[in-house]
Formats: sequence, structure tokens, C-alpha cells
Amino acid sequence: MIGFSRVPLLAAGVFASYPGDHSILHPAGPQASNIEWLYWVIFWIVFVVYVVVVLGFMRAGARTYTSADEMLPIMKDEAGDRRASWAVGSAITITVLTLFAVLVMSEITGKKVEGETSKNPVTIQVIGHQWWWEVIYPDPQADQTVTTANEIHVPVGKRVVILTNSADVIHSFWAPSINGKRDLLPGYSSAFWLQIDQPGVYHGQCAEFCGLQHAHMGFSIVAEREDAFSQWKAQQLKPAQDPTELVTVHGRDVFLSHACVMCHTIRGTDAGSRLGPDLTHIASRQMIAAETLPNTPGALAGWIVDPQRIKPGNRMSPNPLQPDDLQALITYLQTLK
Amino acid sequence: MDPIRERPVLDVSGLPTVMFGKANTTWLANLLYMMIEGTMFALVVASYFYLRTRSSSWPPGNLPPTLGWGITSGAIFLISLVPARYAQRVAPSGDRSKIRWGLLALAGVAVIAMVVRGFELANLNCRWNENAYASTVWALLGLHTGHLITEFIETVVILCVSFTDKMEGTRLADVAINSDYWYFVVVTAILSDFVIYGTTRFL
Amino acid sequence: MAISEPVVVPQSGAADRLARTWAQPRGFWGWFQNVHHTAIGVRFMVTSFIFFLLGGVLAAMMRWQLVRPEHNAIGPDLYNQLFTVHGSTMIFLFAVPMMFQGFGVYVVPHMCGTRNIAFPRLNAFSYYIYVVGALLLWVGLFLKTGADAGWFAYVPLSGPEFTPGKRSDFWAQMITFTEVSALGVAICITTTILRYRAPGMTLNRMPILLWEKLVTSIMVIFAMPSVMVVSSMLLMDRTINTQFFNPSVGGDVLLYQHLFWFFGHPEVYIIFLPATAIVSTVVAVFARRHIFGYVPIVTSVVATGFLGFSVWVHHMFATGLPQMSASFFTAASLMIVIPTAVQFYCWMATIWHGRLQLKLPMLWIFGFFFVFLIGGLSGVMLASVPLDWQVHDTFFVVAHFHYVLIGGALFPMFGGMYFWIPKITGRMMNDRLGKIHFWLFFVGFNLTFFTMHFLGLHGMPRRVYTYTPEMRWGALNLLATIGVVFMTAGILVFIANFFQSKATGRFAGPNPWGAGSLEWATPSPPPHYNFLELPTVNGREALWEAEPNQPIVGGVREDIPEVLVTNTLDSEPEYRDELPGPSIWPFLTAIAVSIAFIWSIFSPWGIAYGAIPVVITLIGWLWPRGHSPSPRVPEPALEARWIR
Repeated sequence: MIGFSRVPLLAAGVFASYPGDHSILHPAGPQASNIEWLYWVIFWIVFVVYVVVVLGFMRAGARTYTSADEMLPIMKDEAGDRRASWAVGSAITITVLTLFAVLVMSEITGKKVEGETSKNPVTIQVIGHQWWWEVIYPDPQADQTVTTANEIHVPVGKRVVILTNSADVIHSFWAPSINGKRDLLPGYSSAFWLQIDQPGVYHGQCAEFCGLQHAHMGFSIVAEREDAFSQWKAQQLKPAQDPTELVTVHGRDVFLSHACVMCHTIRGTDAGSRLGPDLTHIASRQMIAAETLPNTPGALAGWIVDPQRIKPGNRMSPNPLQPDDLQALITYLQTLK
Repeated sequence: MDPIRERPVLDVSGLPTVMFGKANTTWLANLLYMMIEGTMFALVVASYFYLRTRSSSWPPGNLPPTLGWGITSGAIFLISLVPARYAQRVAPSGDRSKIRWGLLALAGVAVIAMVVRGFELANLNCRWNENAYASTVWALLGLHTGHLITEFIETVVILCVSFTDKMEGTRLADVAINSDYWYFVVVTAILSDFVIYGTTRFL
Repeated sequence: MAISEPVVVPQSGAADRLARTWAQPRGFWGWFQNVHHTAIGVRFMVTSFIFFLLGGVLAAMMRWQLVRPEHNAIGPDLYNQLFTVHGSTMIFLFAVPMMFQGFGVYVVPHMCGTRNIAFPRLNAFSYYIYVVGALLLWVGLFLKTGADAGWFAYVPLSGPEFTPGKRSDFWAQMITFTEVSALGVAICITTTILRYRAPGMTLNRMPILLWEKLVTSIMVIFAMPSVMVVSSMLLMDRTINTQFFNPSVGGDVLLYQHLFWFFGHPEVYIIFLPATAIVSTVVAVFARRHIFGYVPIVTSVVATGFLGFSVWVHHMFATGLPQMSASFFTAASLMIVIPTAVQFYCWMATIWHGRLQLKLPMLWIFGFFFVFLIGGLSGVMLASVPLDWQVHDTFFVVAHFHYVLIGGALFPMFGGMYFWIPKITGRMMNDRLGKIHFWLFFVGFNLTFFTMHFLGLHGMPRRVYTYTPEMRWGALNLLATIGVVFMTAGILVFIANFFQSKATGRFAGPNPWGAGSLEWATPSPPPHYNFLELPTVNGREALWEAEPNQPIVGGVREDIPEVLVTNTLDSEPEYRDELPGPSIWPFLTAIAVSIAFIWSIFSPWGIAYGAIPVVITLIGWLWPRGHSPSPRVPEPALEARWIR
């Protein structure tokens, strides 16, 4: 039970780090840091280029400007053109050299970002769905494989590799404070490395248009100390706690006798469908509906009863439950830590 | 009123009004059209090879297309070069009788080519909706068949014109340019055949 | 160097004869038979401008929805259609039809010194086909079953499994219509530039605008087939169950992206190069000198045309490419900056060693310098793969491409409009209103799109119909939406200016700006025969370098619509060609082709049955008309002779 005291800390972490951390200019790991460095270098280069060229045009205009309105004769300035040839030639040379420098720095940064690999990473499979993220921590032993959704936990300071895939259309996995994005393509699996050096909760969002609820397909990465991570993982491996009280038993029965069981898994019960997110430990997550709503009883109730109002077009049908059934169901789900 | 001035005049009234060969602007338009369609063929072929890199066996789970029909088709197209070249050679002379025979022969060979093409399509040993390989093979042959049919119709139309007194002047140049387009149909046929029949067997 | 005014050589009745020969029919049905390039060019320009306005309305609606977090003015279904139709309209129904087709078709024959565009019926057909394609896309939107998978419609989202109904079919077939249209115009313009130039206009003396239109036409010829192939593959996947993009049976989703962007990247240069040509033309006129660096600029235009085909994978950097591939395309994407930089420096040198008269068109060109450059430089940032991994598919990219498309195409377009509308309508536009338009648009544009750079850096992805308050994107989005008000005001001022000037503007005369190219040697507006006397050319700026008694071309028949065909390199006269007169067949053929294409969305047999009327109309089109006897046997080739 020690791990659960972390939850309020994490919740505080959500609100403390959530806004403002979702930016490429607030890196929290080596990949994003390297890219941020590159950003500033190229930014200053292009800034200087812009100022110089704009000043050039303004100077050119100012020195030859005439307010005369009538049709002026056509002129020639052969001496000026000869000087201009030298100037233009030099400008082109500087341009080529600058572009080459940008190329070299991009290559170096690219190698650094891609080079942060390891022989012993934490391996996570992320499979994109319309409109949620299936998150699997694979293991050769099936009963050591963690399956969850939308909230990814990683240990601080360790290399993590994400193996991408998609169950339907193209999505894109992007947490700007952590690394660039990687498209999740059906039919392809690619290895995408990341590492987070500061504990916290980092927001991510789908970055490839994927249909009606592309705007509401977020995820979060929770970076925590190694021991907290291990505890989290161990907890996730356990099947769902068997309900003991009347109301939670009733809640489980509601779950198993309604449409929920068509799409969701709760390990430890008969519900085993993989169409929707795995709910075995839903109460351990900060947010629901792919980072759209906070994981509170009220929000959960609203979501269950009418998901189409919150995410119109998504694949979950409305569930008009009786109030006491709904209450029981929520209470049961909240025991699934 | 502007002053009236004498100006030197470049008098072009003696120039011809019909040109054969690459000086003819319709020839240029035909060339540009072949560039457009050639690019389309190239891209479908490129897609074929690209998809091949994504597959461990090729064709994936299908029999390759029946070689006999491919060879027959190729042979018919090569034979068709004869009437096409004949029509092109006799066009500038304005001899309507020869032009008619040339176009008639070309149209006849085109009919045979279309019939053979029908058998070819029936013997590809795959349906277009089975897999990506089948879709691409059908796309390539389908694209070519479209060209074959339109070129046949065009040849027939020009053949009909050659029975009227309008087969003169620029129309004679059109006969010659039609043959150029037929060469394009032949070349793309041979290349498509090579891709479809050859790469599944030799590469 | 004095500018040669057009001089009338005494030949009684020539103007009347030519007017009768080149007249286009009037009345309702006459409108559908018009084959003169000025009419078709104006139609392209007016129609595409209307679609620009419509696309702008959609943009305003999108900005309204995004003005604050969790705004629910517009739901996701409509929003997805809005950004899809907005992007598709701006690219396919506005930018290419205006910059390349409309403007090119109008100006190129004049600049070449000839009387009509090559293949006038193909030109007319291209217009009608474009209109049908445009209507197809918008009818879908109005029926609430509009295309909604983005303007590039990636699979599998746009495919049969994830977009049921006709939505993507409307998009894919709109592509077919507009690409056939662009290809038709490309054939006309290439032939006109290569073969209809006035004697003396060697390739070395060709105006930069003609070089650009030539390069753009060739780009169209090689790029458009790619989007036709890929949109046809999508359509076939959706209608007859082909499996090009289905990974479970050997298909590939990246095949779509490769084919699409192989077209998509050259497409943006097809839009941008016409703008650079306007800049090169206008800068020379208002710096009162020949453009500096004609050869480097022409080389840059040609180089851009080639290099434009070598960078397409930079749209796919986030797909997990092999490293070598990413490096090559970064290098190519950085390299393509160089020809544009060369042009910038040459333009700067032209002004620096010229005499700047900052008239209204030139104001817009300065706007282009300041605005496009930002887009070009943010493009350098995007070319860098690691940086692209962060900002790809965010509002940073949206900012970038609006800076290069609006800065790089729209600003020169407006400058070009103020420059050439006096030629088209015969009246000058109001200067003060033009300046108000400029400043309103400049301020509004920067307000809307500069803020988007920050939104992208702070994590806002593209194509989202809403966002939560926690993301703290609300303030920037509000600013971006306010900019729309200014841009709209500016455009309304322009429209008012246009109509007012057309009615009561100052008469322009043949050459109000003192420009050097041949279109300024005709009256404003030009008659249908373009030139009373066909010109010859003595230098790169025909009117600036014309001799006092610059020769004219004589001997081209005035009783039939005949043009002089010259050879490609030296523009020496080669033969005389009779062009077709007004004809209803292009319109009828366009109707037949439209029926076939639209039918095929609903049934695969549409192509088969629909082909029958197409064949009939094509026969009608191609069947020789016997109205003027051509010699039965061609005469031996004679040289052009000098007389007098």
C-alpha cells in the first residue's frame, strides 16, 4: 500500500507541471534537450539572416527612392552592377556555408538524439487506436506483461524504447518535453527512444490527424523513481481486486451485464475484450478518456453515461444506467487501483 | 495621331502552312502528352517495385501471370510497328490510298492486340481485389489498356477522315503523329509486359 | 534608352479585318464557344478568386471555433470538413488556377507577341473541367458529406474502412478534374512559349516570366501524374476494393505518402515560381532598369524546378525513416534554398543600383520580401530533421506554410493584380485604397500567423477542433483570430476598389507603368487580335530595347486566325499555322468527361459507359472543319524574306 501515498503527490505533480511543460522549449530529457539546443542555434542564425536581408532591402530602397511619379527613363549602372556582382557572389557563398553549417549541426543533433540507446532499456509497446493509446510492457512471460492505457510510467534516468504500431489509422506519439514525434503506422513497427531525467508528469498528444477525436487523444508520461516505478508495475500486474462489499459486488455485476464487457478487459473477471482500454487498474490513473477528463467520480459518471457528449464520434456508446447501478459501478471501478 | 513611319517588314507569307516532323506544334503536344502518360506508367511501375520490397514472396501466394499470353501480346505489338511506320512514311506524300491501307492495317492489328489483351487480363491468375500485388498488376495493365483503346479509336477516326477529301494539309501530319503515339503504346506495352511477366520469374 | 511606342503602319482596314477574324461569339451560347486566351484567362482568374474568398470564409470559421478553449461553436465533423475543404480549395482551386493557369493563360501569348495561345480549344476545355471539379468538392461540403480527411487525405483514414460514404471520393475525383485541367494548360503554355515567340525573342532574350511559366509547365507535367495516380489508387481502394494501401495484404500506407508528396512538394513550387516571376518583372519596372542577374535568376528558376522533385521525403521525417534517407533529404531541402536566395540577392541588387519608384505594385513586392523571407527561414528550421521531429504537424508548420504561400504567392499576386489589371480592364486601380488594402492585410496576416509559431513550439498540434484551458493556448489563439478581421477588411477594400476602378478609374493607356514586355504594346484592354502588327524583338525587354523602326512581321493571313510559328531556340520563323476558331466542342467534351468521372465515383461502370459520350464529343472536336482550304500537298519550305 505504500505506493498509494504517491498518488496525491502525483496529482499535485499533474497540476504543477502540466501547463507550460508541454513545450519543446522545456525539455526534461536528453533527446528534447539536444533538440532545444539545435532550435536556439538555428533560430539565432535565421534571426540574424532575416535582420540583415531586411535591412538590405530597406537600404536598397532608401538610397534609390524617388518620389517622382512620372515615367522615368530606363537607366543602366554598369559600375554599380560590377560591384553588385561581387556582393551577390559573396552573399551566395555565405548562404551556402551557413546552410552547410545548419546541415552539419542537424546531423550531429540527429545522431545524438537517435544515439541514446541502450542494451537494456525499459521496453514499452504503444499501439495507437482511434482515439486512445494502448500501452503494453511486454515480457517473454505472459503473466509478466503489463497492459494499460493512456498513462505511461517510466523510471527516471533510464533509457526507454517505445515500439510503435497502430491498430487502425496513422497516429503520432508526441510529448514535446521529452522528444520529437514518431508516427504510429499500421503495418510498421519502429523503435523510438526516450529518457526523462526529472520526475514529473509530462503531457503528450496525438500529432497526426486521425479522425473525429484527434483533438482529444492525449497521453501522459509519469516519470518516477526506480522503486516507485517497480511498485507501480507490480501493482499493474495484479489482477483486479475482488469486490467484497455489497455495493462493489453489485458494481461488478453491472459491469459484466452491460455493454462495458464488449470492449473492456478487467483481468480477474470474465471481461476480456481488447477493443477498448484495459480497465483492470483504472483507478490508478490520473485522467480518463485519453487525458480528456480528470479521474473523478463525477467525470467518470458523465463519461460512462454519455461519452458522445464529451468526445462526439468516438467508439464508446452511451450507457443510460439507473442511478444506483451507476453509483455502484463507479464505486467498483474506483476500487481498481 | 501618331506619325506614320515606314518600318522594315519581315515577310513570312512565303512560309509553308503545314510542317511534318518535330517542327509541327501538334508533334510537340503529343510529346508532352507522352511525357505525362509516361510519368504515370513510371510511377505505377515504381509502386510495383516498392510494394515488392514490403513482401517476402512475390507474387505473394499467387501464380505468376501466364507467360504465353504475355509473349503473344508483345509479339503483336512488335508486329504493329510495321503498319504504323508505313502510315507515317506515306503520310507526307498525300497519297490517300496508301494512307488508308496503312491506317486500316494498323487498326486491324490494334483489334488483335485488344483481343489478346482481353485474354491476358483473364490469365493474370489473380483478381485485382485480392492483395496489393494483384491491384498493382491490374493497375498497370489497366492503364495500358486504356491507352490501347483510345489509340485504336483515334486511328479509326483518322481512318474515316482518310475516306473524305479532308485528308490533306495538316491532317497528313496528324497521320504521322498518330504513329508516334502508337510507338509509345508499343514501348509501354513491352515495358509493362517485362515488369509483369519478367520480374515474377527472373528477378 | 527610349521606349518604343507601338506604331501603326498604314494598311487600311487591317484592324477591322483582324477584329472580324479573331472575334469571339457573343450571347449565352457564344460564351461557351469562346476560345480566346484573354477570355479564358480572365475566367480562370475570376473563378479562382471566388474560391479564394470561399476558402477564406472557411478559415474564418475555423479561427472562430479556435478562439477560445473548449469552444463548441463547431463540432469535430464539420471542423474536419472545414480544414480539409479550406486547404484543398486554396491549393487546388485557387493557387494553381490563379497563379499558373489564369495569369499564365492571359499574359503568356501577349508576352510572346502572338495572337492566341496554342491549342485554344484545349485551353477552354481545361477551364470547364476545373469548374466542375471545384463544384464537386463544394457540393460535398454543402451536402454535409464533404471531404474530411485533410487536404492530403492520408490513408488509412481516407480509405474505405475509416471514411465511409462518398467524402474522400469527392476529394479524389476533384483532384482528377483539377489535374487534368492543369495538364491541359501546361501543354498549351509550353507550346506557346517554345513555338509562338516573336522573331528575335531568342531563349536568351525571353522575359523571366516566360522562363518561369515554361519551367512551371514542365513541373506540372511531371508532378501532376503522381497525384493522379495516388488519388486514383485511393478511389479504386474505395470503390472496387483494390488493396494498394492495406498492410494486411501487402499494401503500404507509406506508398500513399511517397506518391502524394512526390507531387505535393513540386506543387508548392508550381505556386511559388509564378510569384517569383511577378517579382522579377515588377522589380525591374519600378527600379527603372533591367533586372540584375538575368542569367543567375533564370538558372535559379530552372534549378528550383529540378530540385523541387528531390525533397519530397521531408514531409515524412516523423515516419521512422532510415537515417541515410533523412540526411539526403535534409541536404536537398537545404540546397533548394540556394536558388531562391540567389533571386533575393539579385532583386536587392536591382533596387540598389536602380531608381526605386515605390508605386502600389512595388509596395506589395516589398511585402513579399519581408513576409516570404520569414516563411523561407522557418523552412530552413523544418528542413533540419531533429527540429522537424518536434514541430512537424504542429501550428509551427501551419505558420511556415502560410508565410510562404501567402507571403510568397498572395502578396506577389496582389502586386501583380494592381500591375496588370489596368491592362485587362483598361482602367487604373485606386492608389489610396490599394495602400489601405496592403496595410490591413499585412498587419492582419502577421497577427494571425506569427502567433502560430509559438503555438506550435508550445505543443499545439494541427487539425484539432478544440483544446483544453490547461494547455494555455487560449491567448495566442485569440490573437490569431483577431488578425482575421484585418485581413478580411483588406480584401473587402480590394474588391470595392476593383469594381469602382473598373467603372470609373483613370484610363490606363497601353503602358501606364513604362514596362518593357510585349503585353504593354497593346491597347488596354487588348483587342482579340492582340497586336495590330505582329512585333519582332531586339532584347530582353522588348519595348525598352526596340529600335525606333523595329521591324514588324508581315504576311500572316488576316482573313483566317493564323499565327506565326517560330523555332525553339532562335525564334526564327518556320511556318504559319491556322488556329481553330470558336467552338462548342470543348464545353461539350468537358460535360461528357465530367459525367464519366462523377459517375465513376458511384459505380465502376461509370468509366466504361461514360466513355461513350466522351468519344463522341472528342470526335466532334477533332473532326476537321473544312472552312479554309489548306494546300493538298505542303509547299517546299521557304525562308522568311525581308522587304522594304
